[in-house]
Amino acid sequence: MSLKIVVLAKQVPDTRNVGKDAMKADGTINRAALPAIFNPEDLNALEQALRLKDAFPGSTVTLLTMGPGRAAEIIREGLYRGADGGYILTDRAFAGADTLATSYAIATAIKKIGEYDIILGGRQAIDGDTAQVGPQVAEKLGLPQVTYAEEIISLDKDNQTVVIRRHIDGGAETVEATLPLVVTVNGSAAPCRPRNAKLVQKYKRALGAQEKAAIMKDGSALPYAELYEQRPYLNLVEWTAADVNADLEQCGLNGSPTKVKTVQNIVFQAKESQTLTSSDADVEGLVKELLDKKIIG
Amino acid sequence: MNNVFVYCEIEGTKVAEVSQELLTKGRKLANQLNVELHAVVAGTDITGKVEEQILPYGVDKLFVFDAPVLFPYTSIPHTEILVNLFKEQQPQIALMGATVIGRDLGPRVSSSLTSGLTADCTQLEIGDYTDAKTGTEYKNLLYQIRPAFGGNIVATIVNPDHRPQMATVRSGVMQKAIYDGPCKKEVVYADMKKYVSAEAFMVTVLDHHVEAAKHNLKGAKIVVAGGYGMGSKEGFDMLFELAKVLHGEVGASRAAVDAGFCDHDRQIGQTGVTVHPKVYIACGISGQIQHIAGMQDSDIIISINNDPDAPINKIADYVINGTVEEVVPKLIKYYKQNSK
Repeated sequence: MSLKIVVLAKQVPDTRNVGKDAMKADGTINRAALPAIFNPEDLNALEQALRLKDAFPGSTVTLLTMGPGRAAEIIREGLYRGADGGYILTDRAFAGADTLATSYAIATAIKKIGEYDIILGGRQAIDGDTAQVGPQVAEKLGLPQVTYAEEIISLDKDNQTVVIRRHIDGGAETVEATLPLVVTVNGSAAPCRPRNAKLVQKYKRALGAQEKAAIMKDGSALPYAELYEQRPYLNLVEWTAADVNADLEQCGLNGSPTKVKTVQNIVFQAKESQTLTSSDADVEGLVKELLDKKIIG
Repeated sequence: MNNVFVYCEIEGTKVAEVSQELLTKGRKLANQLNVELHAVVAGTDITGKVEEQILPYGVDKLFVFDAPVLFPYTSIPHTEILVNLFKEQQPQIALMGATVIGRDLGPRVSSSLTSGLTADCTQLEIGDYTDAKTGTEYKNLLYQIRPAFGGNIVATIVNPDHRPQMATVRSGVMQKAIYDGPCKKEVVYADMKKYVSAEAFMVTVLDHHVEAAKHNLKGAKIVVAGGYGMGSKEGFDMLFELAKVLHGEVGASRAAVDAGFCDHDRQIGQTGVTVHPKVYIACGISGQIQHIAGMQDSDIIISINNDPDAPINKIADYVINGTVEEVVPKLIKYYKQNSK
């Protein structure tokens, strides 16, 4: 009894560690100063996928990521942890997409993948922070959805059902849903297993077409070129909008109902502060002042 | 047609506070736009119990869907209700809480209606917009203002051509108030079967467990918050003591929560609770942007920190240079001595 599992993953700038260099003087992001990482909650989703693969031997875990050529890193990171393959959905036509246009592109790619029992993704990405793409992909594919999942408790392939524990405001729920469906996974779910050394050795030279082009662009030869012919799995697959039969009107900026009007640096109104020491006199003075003004007490 | 709609979420027969906050904001937007405020609520055995939790906030028309399968919430039935109701009623704006339910429902509805949705808005305004490419001018659009990029920037989003303009807002960002102006308060009890297909029930809830809130940090007038500098769970004990003495609540920065010093439901900030207290006492909190976003509207901010350059000091009314261990016991002592 094997499963076909799709994992949606995004390469994102590491917005959790935005230091002084990350913001430019004009308030825009200095993307070059932020390393690109595997979106953290997508790693939690990958772990749930790999656990299903452990429970159902013979299953396949396929990653799907949308991004520029270097998003191939996402596929590699999945392969290092036990995924079986993946697709990089990459095309200039997808650029500038809001969540609706992004979910449209991803849904067309999933339709091209064709068969799947379960689609897993992180709850939200740390750059957009919207948590919208998962449910929107589910709606476009006409699938049920379970969001804020903490754990996939069991899956019954004969009855085509899955039982999931999820977080709700103020508590938790256990739900049973029919397959196929889309599940989004929380950051508080089980952390992703680390890279497997043997798999890293196997897949470390895997490259997407754009990455190869970048290496060879100044006339250099592709190192270990013969390996790419001997080991097909080292050639990571890229799909363009044409490959997935995407309607260009629904992709990228064209297909985005929402537009960004302005982006601003966050500036907090500095105040005139009164600075005090930790001496008894200063602290008592503050307490008395607040009491007098009836701010406390 | 063309009204402002608010989706009211419920737990049993209790309407969520965030929905009431959005009704208040929705009423203001509707007044600005000269249109009506409509609301929709869907649940089980709610007839006669939820209306008085919704209508007083200025609602002109409330649509009630009451059927056994509508509680606990599952995605597709609630999505179909909103999608079909919106196709019928054609709202220009639709708002819902940025809660677990709202963030499950909003995207599904907006995808189905091929419209735009902006999540976690911190401000909603009405304004004009000119499309830079086409030069088209739009009047009275909803400005959907929200943090982005991990909270490091603020973006103003607009949805010029698609309807409804949808936005979700977190609890505590807006403030609720009973509306004392004229409003129609009409109630329509809708037939769920006309809006929801038979195939909508692909998810069943086996177990649903909600705990009553242990505290009301969101509404607290006095907040004592601890940061990573508190050092440990035990470090928070003195903050609980100070809060008790001041009749306030205890909050925490994300760093303190992530380190296990304090419960997650006391986290203040962009991904936690937003507070509007009279007094905010920040203990060993450096003041990351994401934290300040959750408490910047405090009337008086007191920062206790032994780092004079802590970012939070710039927005504080009083800065006490010292360690929390030194200062907090003194605050407790002198408060007890000097108050009645």
